Amino acid sequence: MSRSSKKGPYIDPKLMQKVETMNRATDRRVIKTWARASTVFPGMIGHTVAIHNGKIHVPIFITEQMVGHKLGEFAPTRTYRGHGRDADRRGRR
Amino acid sequence: MARIAGVDLPRDKRVEVGLTYIFGIGLHTSQRLLERTRVSPDTRVRELTDDEVNRIREIVDKEMRVEGDLRREISMNIKRLMDIGSYRGLRHRRGLPLRGQRTRTNARTRRGPRRAVGGRKKK
Repeated sequence: MSRSSKKGPYIDPKLMQKVETMNRATDRRVIKTWARASTVFPGMIGHTVAIHNGKIHVPIFITEQMVGHKLGEFAPTRTYRGHGRDADRRGRR
Repeated sequence: MARIAGVDLPRDKRVEVGLTYIFGIGLHTSQRLLERTRVSPDTRVRELTDDEVNRIREIVDKEMRVEGDLRREISMNIKRLMDIGSYRGLRHRRGLPLRGQRTRTNARTRRGPRRAVGGRKKK
């Protein structure tokens, strides 16, 4: 079920605070975060956010089109390299 | 002969059903549309008066996104998902289900007909 629109989008409060202080300082360093459930909000455009995938922080450059999606959508949590011959072919490359 | 939104021309059906031959108009939309244009859903398509056809056509052309435009919009949406590198985009690229369904079995609608994945031959 999707989230009630009454509540508005979920944005990780700490992340938002951090992004906003950086915006004021026009600071463009990579922000590490674990908040995969947080929605991408317009203030984040142009930042590079390193999103945790369970193992490492995957750096993702936020563009305008990503607004409204969740951060987690951009950092896949699974690695699948195929089975059998599939994997062979890939291995040889 | 009624020709609405480009190519579509069903005939001996009731309008209510006939309109659903247009891509982007289902039974519900069709019924609402006929209510608004005050056309009886029971009339056959061939029995529609020119005036009725025009009333329907006007609304379809002006207010609704159907056929080519709708198809384009859908594929643009999919393309967007792929371009921004989102999880759903990746699933579209691979032709797998997007909404967390299992893929160990089933998922045939997305994956198409079965292909054998035979065991590996010894060298």
